[in-house]
Amino acid sequence: MSNILEVSQLTKTYQSGSHSLTVLDHVNFSIAEGATFAIVGPSGSGKTTLLGLAAGLDKASSGSVKINGIALENLNEDERAALRNQYVGFIFQNFQLLPTLTALENVMVPMELRKEKNIKERALTLLEKVGLKDRSHHYPTQLSGGEQQRVSIARAFANAPKILFADEPTGNLDEETGKIVEDLIFDLNKESGTTLVLVTHDLELAARTQRIVRIKGGKIISDTAQEEAKV
Amino acid sequence: MKWILMMAWRDSRKNKTRLALFISSIVLGIAALVAINSFGDNLSKDINNQSKELIGADLVVESRDVLENGPADSLASAISTEASTTSMIFFPKNEDSRIMQVRALSGDFPYYGDFETDPVTASRTFRDGTKKALVDELTMIQYELEPGDSVRVGGVFFKIEGKLISTPGQTGIAGLALPSMFIPEKYLEETNLVQFGSRVEYKNYYKIDDQKVLDKWVEDNRDTLRSQRIRLETVESSQERTGRNFEALGEFLSLIAFIALLLGCVGVASSVHVYVKEKLATVAILRCLGVSAKEAFLIYLVQILTMGLLGSILGAALGSLIQFALPSLFQDFLPVEVSVSLSWSAIAQGIITGVLVAFLFAMLPLLKIRNTSPMYTLRSSDESTAFIKDPLRWLVFAGIVLFVWGFTYQQLGEVVPAIFFTLFLGVSFSLLFGVARLTMWSVRKFLPISWNYLSRQALANLYRPNNQTVILIATIGLGTAMISTLFFIQSLLVGQLEIKGENDQPNLLIFDIQPAQLADVTDIVQSEGLPIMQSVPIVTVDVKKVNGMTKEEIEASDSTDLGTGAFRREYRVTYRDSLISSETLLSGKLRPVTSPTDSIFVSLDSDFAMRNNMPIGTEMTFDVQGREFTAYVGSTRRVDFLKSAQTNFLILFPSGVLESAPQFHVIITRSETDREAAQVQRKVVRTYPNISIINLGTIISTLKNILDKITFVIQFMALFSILTGILVLIGSLIISKYQRMRESILLRTLGGSRNQITTINVLEYFFLGSLASLSGIILSLIATWLLGKFTFEMQFTPALLPVLYLYLIITSITVILGMLNGRGVLNRPPLEVLRSE
Repeated sequence: MSNILEVSQLTKTYQSGSHSLTVLDHVNFSIAEGATFAIVGPSGSGKTTLLGLAAGLDKASSGSVKINGIALENLNEDERAALRNQYVGFIFQNFQLLPTLTALENVMVPMELRKEKNIKERALTLLEKVGLKDRSHHYPTQLSGGEQQRVSIARAFANAPKILFADEPTGNLDEETGKIVEDLIFDLNKESGTTLVLVTHDLELAARTQRIVRIKGGKIISDTAQEEAKV
Repeated sequence: MKWILMMAWRDSRKNKTRLALFISSIVLGIAALVAINSFGDNLSKDINNQSKELIGADLVVESRDVLENGPADSLASAISTEASTTSMIFFPKNEDSRIMQVRALSGDFPYYGDFETDPVTASRTFRDGTKKALVDELTMIQYELEPGDSVRVGGVFFKIEGKLISTPGQTGIAGLALPSMFIPEKYLEETNLVQFGSRVEYKNYYKIDDQKVLDKWVEDNRDTLRSQRIRLETVESSQERTGRNFEALGEFLSLIAFIALLLGCVGVASSVHVYVKEKLATVAILRCLGVSAKEAFLIYLVQILTMGLLGSILGAALGSLIQFALPSLFQDFLPVEVSVSLSWSAIAQGIITGVLVAFLFAMLPLLKIRNTSPMYTLRSSDESTAFIKDPLRWLVFAGIVLFVWGFTYQQLGEVVPAIFFTLFLGVSFSLLFGVARLTMWSVRKFLPISWNYLSRQALANLYRPNNQTVILIATIGLGTAMISTLFFIQSLLVGQLEIKGENDQPNLLIFDIQPAQLADVTDIVQSEGLPIMQSVPIVTVDVKKVNGMTKEEIEASDSTDLGTGAFRREYRVTYRDSLISSETLLSGKLRPVTSPTDSIFVSLDSDFAMRNNMPIGTEMTFDVQGREFTAYVGSTRRVDFLKSAQTNFLILFPSGVLESAPQFHVIITRSETDREAAQVQRKVVRTYPNISIINLGTIISTLKNILDKITFVIQFMALFSILTGILVLIGSLIISKYQRMRESILLRTLGGSRNQITTINVLEYFFLGSLASLSGIILSLIATWLLGKFTFEMQFTPALLPVLYLYLIITSITVILGMLNGRGVLNRPPLEVLRSE
């Protein structure tokens, strides 16, 4: 099976005046297509930075990221945006729905950008899958946190991404709702064969993935397969 | 593009209030521009349509001398003649008198249009050969005169045939300064008004049927006649002059309207700035979903341009409505009747200007969208390119400066004043920006920790994130500066008039006194207990040569740098060996004539000498009633022509030269009461009808009246700026409400009482209002001082009380609006407010 994501020697350094702060230090890993993968670590360990770089949201100071074999460092911001639209889906801790768009419109946006057909029907199908078809015309402020996250999951799958990045997807939800959202992500992921990259400090959630990378001080301190991670 | 338009629409649905805020900022500015420009367009159209009525004839020939053998008589199918002079007119009905312009007319003038009279027929019947007159309507009202009453002009009584409401080409305001009356020309001589020294203007009105013949004649004769001090006025030249006169007023008013628009632009920039700030999260999400920087930018640009277009259309519609009010506002200044119709060119110009300013001023904050990183979704730190490094922002800045200059240039038609205006605005903005930044820096550095929490919190709000310090100080400051400058200029001019009426200053001028009448008039004045403050002899002289060269020789010579300006007019001069209070010697000295063989040294007004390049030692040949003699420039004086009621002269002769020349006298005196003045006036006019008297009190009240009318027009236009300023202020406050809302709610959640939060808000707005209004007032004081010194040449001393009032009013408005604005946050449960956001 080929790798959908390849990260090699990835380094991110922030410059503040004469001081420099390295938040990621020569990180290497790769993820096979269709795999589920968790990045765990304490606050400030660099996991969000790693997610941002791996998903092409930010530029690395050095090193390389390849999504589906395409090296992101050679692309400008607009080319990376086009690549995200083609291959990448996102789920954020604070949902990040477009506040001025209805649930349905939020789900339609990625498909509209790809100029696809039958967008509305497909968006409604996705909302039905997350159990929110009857709330399709509600704005984000009219939905609960759990409902907002379900809309964002529907949106994340709207462009049939090859790789889905989820940043603490249950971090803002209560346990019960978090469980529902969790199941939804894994179910839809299985159904569509998408690669899942999960950033979390919830070890229980991480344990549901096939592989866990632990990160601390900007460096990978362990990279374990599913059976070992569950222990 | 379709998707961008759709996204722009979707995104705007939940932001109507905020977008409407910036629409409102430009509506009034555009309305003012469209109203003025529409009115201007209609006016020029009407000036064209009524061009012949402007002068009432095809050609008018004017001279200070009798036009014997009228120069264009042979071309004309009809000729009218007029001799006009200024004289005291006596009203026997109430034994009162006033100075008026007496126009003695023969013939059927006007040939186009007519005098507007009451009764209508009076414009013709007053010329039936008997002694009848038309008298200015306002004068008749003021002196309670009715048609049928009589007036005495010089030594002749005339029956008032009707009220003179208007004459072709004359503006209402001109009549305020010197009201007119018409009498048949054949009685002029009998009135005895035309004596030596009387200022008489002669006009011939021609009706010429063949336009081509007229044009050729004017072309062939204009220059020759000009050298004989004979002026020609044709329909075309009158049309140009009238158009030019209004153009100046129109340009000035357009600039005031433009300032209203610029204030609105600040509003646009400020609301879009906050709007964009709130949209950065949305933009970051869109970027994550695969939207390009350009597409994200275009979504918001489309919104802003649409709103700009809507605002401009609304403004243009409002402006088209407002222009209906303008003809009555301007009626006193206009020589033609102005019709009101939609001016599509003004509307188009207004809409294009509105969209352009919305675009330019929104671009500054909008550009930030291009640099928004999708990482903003994960971490809300602002990683956009630093302002100073973004070359496109500098390009937008350049565009704004170019636009302001271009618009001003289009209005003024001159490069340098347009640069000054642009610079002035730039400097004002920079100063206000500087004050705001300095305030933020000082508060941060020197925040007094000993103060109580509420005051410290309010002060700290001036520099903390989401502060509105820069934007509020810029908008309120600029608005205050504009409004108070208008106010200060007005009081400067009114103050100047009042100084002239002050104690011990002369206030009664008696002139046209013939030498034989001087002793008697002096007696009358003194017998009434009034002092003779000055008795000034006046002689009329002509300049024939300068440094031995005639005007023609100077014109033909390449080797002289002398100008010909000194030959353009005849001069009324006096003779004395000392200076009066309005004069200061700048160079040389007054040199009296002690013997008939002495050289004669005259003293020139310094500006006059400089203008005509005539330094000390310049030889001048004068002509007094046909007798030529040579004199030299012996000194230059600065003459304050505006200072009190004095007789001031460009050329001053020494005593002992002109005493035997034909002359008349002016007596200057002071009366303590209007009754005293009226008494002297009555006595002098009854005995010597040719003598005129000017009561300074009357002039001051007339000038005040004129100034009031001009002020009203300016204030009407300034109203747009004031309202725009208030709208921008409300906009900025509403925006700051959104910015501060979460903070206030957090304070409430932590147990802050309504009073405590209100106190913090009130103090913050008090600090902001105070800083902004004081900065604006200081700016306006500087501007007024500069204008006073360089434009009006007046000393500006600001009155402290009005400054204090201005400060209090503007600060109070800011605090009250701020409090009203914060009410919504305090009256609703915290969660409800948060969820609605």
